[in-house]
Amino acid sequence: MTDAPTVAAGAPHEGETRRDFLLIATSVVGAVGTALAVWPLIDQMNPAADVLALSSTEVDLSPIEVGQSITVVWRGKPVFIRRRTAKEIARAKTDDASDLPDPQADSERVQKPEWLIVVGVCTHLGCIPLGQRATEPRGDFGGWFCPCHGSHYDTSGRIRKGPAPENLAVPEYVFVTDTKIKIG
Amino acid sequence: MTSPTWNNPIVKWIEYRLPVFSFTQEHLIDYPTPKNLNYWWNFGSLAGIVLTIMIVTGIVLAMHYTPHVDYAFESVERIMRDVNYGWLIRYVHMNGGSMFFAVVYIHIFRGLYYGSYKAPREMLWIIGIIILLTMMATAFLGYVLPWGQMSFWAATVITNMFSAFPLIGEPIVTWLWGGFSVDNPTLNRFFSLHYLLPFVIFGLVFLHLWALHVHHSNNPLGIDTKGPQDILPFHPYYTIKDLFGLGVFMLVFMGFVFFAPNFFVEPDNYIKANPMQTPTHIVPEWYLTPFYAILRAITFDIWFIPAKLIGVIAMFGSVLILVLVPWLDTSKVRSARYRPIYKQVYWFFVIDCIVLGWVGFNSPDAMFMGAVSFLRIGQVATAYYFLHLLVVLPVLGKVERPRSPPDSISAAVTKESNAVTEAA
Repeated sequence: MTDAPTVAAGAPHEGETRRDFLLIATSVVGAVGTALAVWPLIDQMNPAADVLALSSTEVDLSPIEVGQSITVVWRGKPVFIRRRTAKEIARAKTDDASDLPDPQADSERVQKPEWLIVVGVCTHLGCIPLGQRATEPRGDFGGWFCPCHGSHYDTSGRIRKGPAPENLAVPEYVFVTDTKIKIG
Repeated sequence: MTSPTWNNPIVKWIEYRLPVFSFTQEHLIDYPTPKNLNYWWNFGSLAGIVLTIMIVTGIVLAMHYTPHVDYAFESVERIMRDVNYGWLIRYVHMNGGSMFFAVVYIHIFRGLYYGSYKAPREMLWIIGIIILLTMMATAFLGYVLPWGQMSFWAATVITNMFSAFPLIGEPIVTWLWGGFSVDNPTLNRFFSLHYLLPFVIFGLVFLHLWALHVHHSNNPLGIDTKGPQDILPFHPYYTIKDLFGLGVFMLVFMGFVFFAPNFFVEPDNYIKANPMQTPTHIVPEWYLTPFYAILRAITFDIWFIPAKLIGVIAMFGSVLILVLVPWLDTSKVRSARYRPIYKQVYWFFVIDCIVLGWVGFNSPDAMFMGAVSFLRIGQVATAYYFLHLLVVLPVLGKVERPRSPPDSISAAVTKESNAVTEAA
């Protein structure tokens, strides 16, 4: 050790010292290290690889008659597939002009007007709306009605009345053939 | 009070290294307690006893329960039918949850009436509110474990509340679920956390008692103890009183366990969870219905903030705001006995909370006596809840003229007995 220390240990000194620098540097490295170590413990709760692998579903549409609805499971959630009647399509289009809480045209919500495909989960707090069977209540707008807190959806799956803030979500899907879709 | 000396050499050896004997002597035997505590002061020790019962029965149930979506419901039914005394242990645990909240709510309302949250006991109160929040989380997690219809849909609705927050909401919900809906990963982590949190509560209770033992118990007069004439040693005076209270409480608790074990549960929870079908009427357990009513009372947007988010904020806020009560209440007098107006608005507040609980049980669209919807009643009750805490408490402390409390606990007694003698 030939170099003399610039500041003698314990000597009174104004402003920053090497010791302050070391303290701050150590604290910062320690904090970053802790954050890096904690991240795996947090991220382990996110969907695992096998859960993500199950994220697409294929559906054959050929058995569905006009006016019928079916429910399929995608990512553990119900997806409503409704083959709409001409009347329902017309109603959804005229409703484009109504006062919508979450404005969206029917044409933006469907790829083929006959097939309405939406996630069957109420956008309020996640209940499953009624209206898939002809015997169930479909609400004031002919679509679906959520029994939990009274949200009404129209024939395009748009929210019209009640506490839900958004329209029923449209999942990503593609028509693999004319009668087959792949969701997700 | 002088600490006794121990003659037993083993006791002496331990005491020198870890003073557990003098600690017990100081905090459980000699511990100075105001001599005028009434029966409302029994509920703290009752809460501690119920917590112990819940931990013991819970550990035993975990020996037989399987946290998997395919087996959870069946394993609970197996506990009920095949495990030796499984029915008893589960019914004690199930009703114990309701008893725990009943006891803790009375304990909290006791504190609100006698001003137990005021200086220097603010930390004691705040830790208590944190215990309440942790209890709510624990109760919710536990309710999901039997994997009945109510379990599943409670989990779905409650976790979805977090989706109300913009941007971060959806990722949080996916993170909570470990998937894209409530499913096996969700059940697994809920079981893990339901096992963990009671021990967190246990630690919080330790802090709660630590804070209590710094400034000691409040009392019905809300005045400080002035000397030995105002206090009694905890043992045997309050150990025996707490034991008597425990006996009475157990009559009620065991009354439910043996004669009405399913009084508090929804029958739908004996139907196995079905992710494709929501029950027509979803209600939480009774102890959470007041908060559920507050959540649903907000049906209107405020500026750009959607109703759903305000509802969630109001619900969490209704508990968190209690932390501020020591500062919202501006009155210098602790006990409601000497606050003629507070004494009355206090009961308004109690009734308001009961009304909220009752509204939470009913569908918001349903009409009460055909005249007014439960939604409207819930909105009025929610408004009063916040009005009471945010406006009535601070203003009343300034404008009310309290009566003057007695000089000391013993002075209050001697004054009364003098009055009796004079009257005779």
